Amino acid sequence: MSEVTAPQATQELNLVEAVDRALGQILEDDPQALLLGEDIGANGGVFRATAGLEARFGPDRVFDTPLGEAGFVGAALGLCLAGLHPVVEIQFDAFSYPAFEQLVSHVGRFRWRTGGHYGLRLVVRVPYGGGTRAPELHSDSPETLFGHVPGLRVVVPSDPVSAGRLLVSAQGCGDPVVFLEPKRIYRRGRSPVPERFGPTELDRAAVVRDGDDLTLVAYGAMVELALAAATRLEAAGCSARVLDLRSLYPLDRESLLAAAEETGRVLVVHEAPRHCGLGAEVAALLQEEVADRLLAPTLRVTGMNMPFPLFQNEDDALPSVERVLAAAQVMLDY
Amino acid sequence: MDGVETILGADPEAMVSQLLELGRDLCLRLFEGMAGLRAFDDRAVILQRQGRIGTYPTFYGEEAVQTASVVALEERDWLFPTYRQTAVVTLRGCPPLVPLLMWRGHPGGWHDVMRYRVAPVCVPVATNLPHAVGAAWGARLRSADWVALGYAGDGATSAGDFHEACNLAAVTGSPVIFLVNNNQWAISTPLRRQTRVQRLAEKAAAYGMPGLRVDAFDVFACHRVLRRAAELARSGGGPTLVEAVGYRLGPHGTADEPALYRSPAADRLWAPMEPLGRAQLGLVSAGLADAGELAEIRGRASARLLAAAEELERSPRVTLEEIADTVHLSTPWDLSPDHLREPSWAAAGE
Repeated sequence: MSEVTAPQATQELNLVEAVDRALGQILEDDPQALLLGEDIGANGGVFRATAGLEARFGPDRVFDTPLGEAGFVGAALGLCLAGLHPVVEIQFDAFSYPAFEQLVSHVGRFRWRTGGHYGLRLVVRVPYGGGTRAPELHSDSPETLFGHVPGLRVVVPSDPVSAGRLLVSAQGCGDPVVFLEPKRIYRRGRSPVPERFGPTELDRAAVVRDGDDLTLVAYGAMVELALAAATRLEAAGCSARVLDLRSLYPLDRESLLAAAEETGRVLVVHEAPRHCGLGAEVAALLQEEVADRLLAPTLRVTGMNMPFPLFQNEDDALPSVERVLAAAQVMLDY
Repeated sequence: MDGVETILGADPEAMVSQLLELGRDLCLRLFEGMAGLRAFDDRAVILQRQGRIGTYPTFYGEEAVQTASVVALEERDWLFPTYRQTAVVTLRGCPPLVPLLMWRGHPGGWHDVMRYRVAPVCVPVATNLPHAVGAAWGARLRSADWVALGYAGDGATSAGDFHEACNLAAVTGSPVIFLVNNNQWAISTPLRRQTRVQRLAEKAAAYGMPGLRVDAFDVFACHRVLRRAAELARSGGGPTLVEAVGYRLGPHGTADEPALYRSPAADRLWAPMEPLGRAQLGLVSAGLADAGELAEIRGRASARLLAAAEELERSPRVTLEEIADTVHLSTPWDLSPDHLREPSWAAAGE
């Protein structure tokens, strides 16, 4: 940029601060919006994603619920019928499981159950993923569970700007969205964000680094890892594209097919267990649609098919740059 | 029955004076509602036996509770039914064809939720109760004056969502009524194996809300109690648990055989409590109606259902492509006609 930007015009925020700002924007713009969750009021949420919002908007719009995710996610459905637009915070990934029945049996099916006429303007925010030295059931990656549920959108940001824009867009899309926030990179670093987050297309992946020889498909905290791997690959003479999926349901078919056609090799990286993971879906899609354009089989670098380890072993289970490089080499040598 | 409010079960003089207090118009409206529900249930069972609809959970005997729940509330109030209250929407003006279509497995069976302010039918019991809390809480947040009512059975009170809903309703002071129809049986599981509490209304105390008990076979008493709960909710008094105490007079559904698990003698003992006959006896003895006009009301309801049943056959089949287009506001690519099934090259090999 040629001009020096005034400090107040753009502010440097990290991902969780961007979420906080986006939530503030939602509450300001949409009088029917309200936030529900455990400890989100005076406490500002255990990750401070709602810091300052109760003071700004009052306890009726930033509501500390009693415990019980099934109850307050179910109540959010009823609030939608009352014309409100709830944004629910689930405190940690695995605490979404008590609400699973409500999401599967009711939230996802609601529009279908009305013949397509009425949808739920409901966002369920879930901080997710490992790498934070947390206790058991605070490091899960449940995206496949939600992506498999008809009627739910699943969206994952990977940086402060995408977090703000995707959250604002999710809240306005008219259908329920499970918004998974990669808590490992909540405070990874600050980047300039706009005063206001403009909307963005919800179901588009983003090419965050272009390349010709190989595509690394990632989302959430794995985008950063994929970028680091791409830098190392470049030094070794391989031009790697990094595709940040952002929407896990629906998938951005066009961007995935383009990646396969233009780079010939697609490698998927995710923290969630390999079995039935997003990697399997991406590989199957490419197999069905562009098998003849692939120069190598689609490989996956993923979490293991086991409970996410207690934290002494979490780095062994999480995808690493080294594992990505090794898989990429197999594909380049194929 | 202990602490159970009743009008038809009171001594004759008290019954007559209480019915007169309710007045002929309201009494006939309640009777007419029950007649509509009974006609629906009778017709649905016939249609199931004829193979024209699928398996069907009959609500024979629950007509009093269900009718009172609609009539005691206002049209702006929200109702949250389970699979056993699929016809309450007809008491809000929805043609009976619509719920019949649902039991025929046809998407025309989805009623207009916003128009009737009746939520879609919830199949897993108790999971509808948090929805009712949300709709009621929303009224409070928006300074609107509607209330919400969620239906449950005795079995549902064992489920986690019942607890979370009651607690959240009480904490938020939401204007909601939890209507627990205690018919003593959850399919084959009797109440004593469901809970060690003898009176389900007592559970209300654990949440800091009132619990009321009413005779489930007495439409007039049900109306009075539900009206009281609705008024309390509407005036800022928060939630109430209403336990309608009765017995499941019929099977759980058309695929159920109660003789396998309960005594036919108990069924015979409860049979005379059938709420339409009981209401008729009360109305005629109080001089509020004669048997002829009540028969006429029931005849009209039956005729209406017969016509709906005939229409059932004429509903055109909906395609999967049309259904796929109803899942999201903006239909994703994989639900578009080109991608709903296998990729085109796979089909080309046929």
